Amino acid sequence: MSLADKDRIFTNLYGYQPWNLAGAHKRGDWDNTKALLERGQDAIIQEMKDSGLRGRGGAGFPTGMKWSFMPKESKDGRPSVLVINADESEPGSCKDREIIRHDPHKLVEGALVAGFAMRARAAYIYIRGEYIREAETLFAAVAEAYDAGLIGKNACGSGYDFDVFVHRGAGAYICGEETAMIESLEGKKGQPRLKPPFPAGAGLYGCPTTVNNVESIAVAPTILRRGAAWFSSFGREGNKGTKLFQISGHVDRPCVVEEEMSIPFSELIEKHCGGIRGGRGNLLAVIPGGSSVPLVPAEQIWDAPMDFDGLKALGSGLGTAAVIVMDKSTDIVRAISRLSYFYKHESCGQCTPCREGTGWMWRVMERLRTGEADVGEIDMLQQVTKQVEGHTICALGDAAAWPIQGLIKHFRPEIERRIAEYAGDTREAAE
Amino acid sequence: MADRHLEPDSPELRARWGGWAFNPAWEAKAKAAIARYPAGRQRSAVMALLDYAQRQIGEETQTQGWLPIPVIEYVAQYLDMPVIRVVEVATFYMMYNLVPVGRYHVQVCGTTPCMLRGSDDIMAACKARGMHLGHVSDDGLWTLTEVECMGNCASAPMVQINDDNYEDLTPERLNAVLDALARGETPKTGTQEPGRHTVEPVGALSTLTAMVGENHDYRGEW
Repeated sequence: MSLADKDRIFTNLYGYQPWNLAGAHKRGDWDNTKALLERGQDAIIQEMKDSGLRGRGGAGFPTGMKWSFMPKESKDGRPSVLVINADESEPGSCKDREIIRHDPHKLVEGALVAGFAMRARAAYIYIRGEYIREAETLFAAVAEAYDAGLIGKNACGSGYDFDVFVHRGAGAYICGEETAMIESLEGKKGQPRLKPPFPAGAGLYGCPTTVNNVESIAVAPTILRRGAAWFSSFGREGNKGTKLFQISGHVDRPCVVEEEMSIPFSELIEKHCGGIRGGRGNLLAVIPGGSSVPLVPAEQIWDAPMDFDGLKALGSGLGTAAVIVMDKSTDIVRAISRLSYFYKHESCGQCTPCREGTGWMWRVMERLRTGEADVGEIDMLQQVTKQVEGHTICALGDAAAWPIQGLIKHFRPEIERRIAEYAGDTREAAE
Repeated sequence: MADRHLEPDSPELRARWGGWAFNPAWEAKAKAAIARYPAGRQRSAVMALLDYAQRQIGEETQTQGWLPIPVIEYVAQYLDMPVIRVVEVATFYMMYNLVPVGRYHVQVCGTTPCMLRGSDDIMAACKARGMHLGHVSDDGLWTLTEVECMGNCASAPMVQINDDNYEDLTPERLNAVLDALARGETPKTGTQEPGRHTVEPVGALSTLTAMVGENHDYRGEW
């Protein structure tokens, strides 16, 4: 059983056809959106809940439920706001870029539908600064939608006023964290806020705010058109729907592809990517959900279902479904150390365990990479990751800790081998 | 981010950049950016205005542009913000150049997905052309930076040069792009892999084949 093209949501994923409004119309976007809105806020949210859609930004929180946390009426005049997270920066992730540059109208239509359902006045789409051409496309798509009366005053003739604004970032991974994104939207450094208050109570400009990932928003109109039962017919219980997988690294044909949730890893790789470079036997390990999740060794990942619960059971996670494949030619310690450098680089500097810990962990990882270390440093590093994890305002500290923990858990013999080898080399040199 | 520093304030810097202002074209964009936010929330536009200032300076200096202190002060005044709040933003976000850069800012992605696909060779190819990390080349043409994941992982390795991405690189393909830029040409952007369109499985499209030739409407098959 595999997903048929007719059941794919992002039919222009590869950009063979125009992204513009005329092209999107032909693919079924903006098709009587007014009728979708006429179902009413509560019905839309119920349909989203029934669909089983879990947030596509990594945490997997049920989208419909998130929308239902927004106030049904404003008691003090504060408007509600939808913020769409297009700050795609997780190493391995490259799906929102394809949505934005090839199918932006799915996102803009989704913004209206989602914003209407949560009774928001406007949506801000926060797109990462490095997506320069993609932002140009998005600005143009929003302008087209305004010109056609699809958003703005009396959006789609529904009587509902809804604005969509695009806000460009300028190069900071941390702005993908929802409260950092809100800070950044307010014109500040992107440093995460303490919660509570949660954004649904006080977010952007102190207004009730929901932050959703691009993919979660862009699939909403299709789910409403085809029904919750259709969407939930894919994937295992609790892991429903279709999903954009992004496969990078050592496969014959890296690609982005929309597949059914819970597809086995082996099927995903062999059907779309031409298999592991050098064959199955050459697979070393996989980071299945973007850099923040622990790696999974070859023998455990092969038959695993690619979904939230299946990967959690392996001590990892689906994250953004950014699948980084590493074959046996990989310097696995360096691969993880490079991620440690990434987190050191991207720590916002607010919380001491993360600001100091990410740099410290990277430096020790570099020692382990060369083997110029004492074997006791492995346990010390493990212990420090535990002191960073869970002791910071946002999850960047956790994200920096988990890849290292995964490495130590699965590749401790390799680290010890390097240390022994280095010690042997230096002894030889001394003699 | 701790490594970032501003170009030192000096009489020469003041003499060169004091009195700098948006030209009419960028001022119109600045006003449009401010209008995207509620009244009184104009500081939300600070990121856009810093970007526009950098771009205007880029046009004036035939480089990617950068942000001297007097220009940061100008943006602060424009948005009625304390200067330090603008400095904080300019130093926090990596895309603002705090020191002068070359005409082309060659940003090599070195994060793990690109590393696995050979970004070491890409970086080495840049260095073999005389580029040094964090420096402007003697001819003023190139500034080399290693950047963190740019979100092109399925077409790695890649570089971003000013506003465009060049993906699926090998040292030869990179050199072809850089040679073309040096000659003042406009090389093809995106993937450099022959026969590849964007991020599909190259040479063996496994899904959505009907979309290649026509804007296929799948609704009839629902």
